[in-house]
Amino acid sequence: MSSVSDWEATSNPVKENRAGNIGKAVDRYEGPLKVTGTAPYAYEVEPPSPPAYGVLLSASIAHGRISNVDTAAAEASPGVHLVWTYKNVPAQGPRPARYDFFTPSPRPALESERVHFFGQQVAIVVADTLENAQAAAALVKLSFETEPQSVIFHDHFDEAVQPPGESDTEIGDFEAAFAAAPVKIDDNWRTPLQNHCQMEPCATTAWWEGEQLTVHTSVQMVRFAQSSLAETLMIPHKSVRLLTRYVGGGFGGKGSFYEDLVLASLAARELGRPVKVAFSRQQMMHGTVHRPATEVRVRLGATAEGKLTAMSLMTTTHCDRRGNFTEHASNFARSLYAAPNRLTGHQLVRLDLPVASAMRAPGEASGTLSLEVAMDELAEKLGMDPVELRILNEPPTDPETGKPFSIRQLVRCMREGAQLFGWDRRNPKPGQVRQGRWLIGFGMAAAIRGNFLLPAKCSFTVDAEGVITVKQGMTDIGTGTYTVLAQIAAETLGVPLGDVRVEIGDSELPPAPGSGGQFGAATAGSAALDAGMNLRKAIAEIAVADLASPLFGGPSEDITFQDGVIAISNRSERLSDLIRRNRPEGLTAEGEIRPAADAGKWSSHTYGAHYVEVAVDTVTGEVRTRRMLGVFAAGRILNWKTARSQLTGGMIWGVGSALTEGNSVDPHYGSLINQDLAGYLVPVQADIGEIEAIMLDEVDDKANPMGIKGVGELGISGAGAAVANAIYNACGARVRDYPITPDKLLAALEAL
Amino acid sequence: MKTTITVNGESRALDVDPRTTLLDALRETLHLTGTKKGCDHGQCGACTVLVNGTRINSCLSLAVMHDGDAVTTIEGVGTVEKLAPIQQAFLTEDAFQCGYCTPGQICSALGMLQEVADNWPSQETEDLMGSIRLTDDELRERMSGNICRCSAYPQIVAAIRAVSGRPA
Repeated sequence: MSSVSDWEATSNPVKENRAGNIGKAVDRYEGPLKVTGTAPYAYEVEPPSPPAYGVLLSASIAHGRISNVDTAAAEASPGVHLVWTYKNVPAQGPRPARYDFFTPSPRPALESERVHFFGQQVAIVVADTLENAQAAAALVKLSFETEPQSVIFHDHFDEAVQPPGESDTEIGDFEAAFAAAPVKIDDNWRTPLQNHCQMEPCATTAWWEGEQLTVHTSVQMVRFAQSSLAETLMIPHKSVRLLTRYVGGGFGGKGSFYEDLVLASLAARELGRPVKVAFSRQQMMHGTVHRPATEVRVRLGATAEGKLTAMSLMTTTHCDRRGNFTEHASNFARSLYAAPNRLTGHQLVRLDLPVASAMRAPGEASGTLSLEVAMDELAEKLGMDPVELRILNEPPTDPETGKPFSIRQLVRCMREGAQLFGWDRRNPKPGQVRQGRWLIGFGMAAAIRGNFLLPAKCSFTVDAEGVITVKQGMTDIGTGTYTVLAQIAAETLGVPLGDVRVEIGDSELPPAPGSGGQFGAATAGSAALDAGMNLRKAIAEIAVADLASPLFGGPSEDITFQDGVIAISNRSERLSDLIRRNRPEGLTAEGEIRPAADAGKWSSHTYGAHYVEVAVDTVTGEVRTRRMLGVFAAGRILNWKTARSQLTGGMIWGVGSALTEGNSVDPHYGSLINQDLAGYLVPVQADIGEIEAIMLDEVDDKANPMGIKGVGELGISGAGAAVANAIYNACGARVRDYPITPDKLLAALEAL
Repeated sequence: MKTTITVNGESRALDVDPRTTLLDALRETLHLTGTKKGCDHGQCGACTVLVNGTRINSCLSLAVMHDGDAVTTIEGVGTVEKLAPIQQAFLTEDAFQCGYCTPGQICSALGMLQEVADNWPSQETEDLMGSIRLTDDELRERMSGNICRCSAYPQIVAAIRAVSGRPA
């Protein structure tokens, strides 16, 4: 097993970056297909013969059972091939008592009469056309018997328990230190249920050839979905080939898979023809997963000079009764600021709501909306600048574990951001800058998001044309995976970027964990680098042993790879010539990455600082984000263009979380009241003003062999808090119940 | 029902279910899957196409309503071998991530630029009598019917700017 010191000590082509492919603002590899509409997403793949169409039906109660099923009219409807409910769906593998999102296990669809949440899929109609399937679906008569339900989070706090296997972490004596602190903050912040709202609804096209199943679906984790599907269908893993080449957004919501995958597969087997099934937009809201609501109590105790003496984040959150997901909104605080006395933990309420799971930056996205506002409140109480307060409490080592940081440039992010943004123009007194009926304010917040590396494999093949093909069971959900893998391959093998092909999103390729937790680039990329290095070795061995090669005799360790040419000093030939002579069928090498045995010795995160200017309409309570600046430190950047897009995208998610996003739960039906894109307000073009993301030069040699880290989830972390702080600076109103909608803001303004 | 629609310059004789939306006719009958289904309710803009030069949400329109119309989809804008300037601009500016809203954004941008050229006002238009200046606020207002959950909004503004030129 490799170690961090090996990574630090060993140079490699990515670190050396001689051809300059690393960091370069390269256009997206698959971009030409996407801008021409020719990248086939799951529902658009052409099956071998014309498909039948499946339409799902969802439960209209939150808790209870299906009491009666009448499918006669639907079955008699034109073009209908089958109607399935729990009564007649084919047998599937049993659902484990508690499922989780990383261990493959059966996920049977329509498994019983039990209804666990509003919007659970309870029937499917498959017909020859989409129109016939939709019409027949309306004829399925389902009756439900309701049972007592718990759906309103704040009504069930008394049922909160510690998540299984967890405990609070306490350092020092928090309660005593907090009681003794001369300056204190003690407030609660609420965040609502949020929905991923990927633009592409979940969809599957499935067909069988004999005992072999092929599915094209839209998921983030290839191997997880493929293995779980095989176990659900009770067939050997090797009988399932799962492809997910283009994914129209994931954000955590496609980390798992849903009934479209299982039922399309089953129906295709039953009918002996391809079947396509997609979720409707409304089914996406209920029937996939959401970010659960949180209530976070933040307590800060400080000296009169601003040194934190006590810090606590206690989160209460919820999940469904069968799941085991906890929104760890307190965890990030364990590594952010120094304070000798600390207490953090989580409490979980189980509700009859749809399934809770990860959404972009789980933990940090919710948690920073409280702590980073509490720090703003503390700064005001102390009469300090919020940037200076944070710098004063910058820890020399991880404040909870005492571990050294792998690298931490948070202070530099804050200082450079302050200067670029013009933070010195901020009037610390709220409500002082007026332009007509608008009040203008500045706000800032720190950003932190964990850094992860998971095991992955990859293969590289060089063919007789000198073209390198990267193969990996990885996904690109808009993250830029195709592009950065191509850049790593070009740099490692010394070939032009145009001579690299990337094949991902296929369970038959070397496995990688997929996209999530901003671990994708580091994980997939490190495995790719290893495969590239192994291919270099294999090429070198062939070259020095080939009498016809100018490189014959070596030494093989001196071979350079540049512009498609391999050379030892002034002896050289084209890589393609060597391969054509020796391996006309192509030469393949495999590689892998595993977390280093000693990786746990360091505290490893990505960091940043957000600066925001907002305008608040004092008449309507409308908030406009005029300017946003994020300065980030996230290791070596593989592609300046795609990384910047990930970061600004995340920052815009922060605006949504602060101002507009949230699912309201209907107390009677247990449904999400706003279940479409007209009711659930994601940011649109008019909501976003000037925005820029800047990435500091950084290398984190302890993170992985490339010294890179992820950026996909850093941008959202802290961004919403900066918006909230800017609103306070503009108008003097604090709203601690997100989103900060005009009604809440007007009420707060009136109460001033 | 028999319906003839000119799609990307080619006359297509269709025999469609009267319940079939223009979106589903394009995707499922004509196999032009560049036009995307994001919500099927006219709320996201992923299905935007040009009908007789005007942008519409194709999910809110039945195919049989378009007998004799000329429809332009993303496949009619440009090809991988020959990208249209707006497609090249989306690529260069990184105006997409997952790519699912992108065909709708591009068709919408083309329709929007024509609306500005034709002096159609928007909520952001201050002078209804003069010719419209495509300020950033005008552009953002007019492109707000196309949701991009990846939130490539600033890059989309830059891409449209690249083909429309800066305001005077």
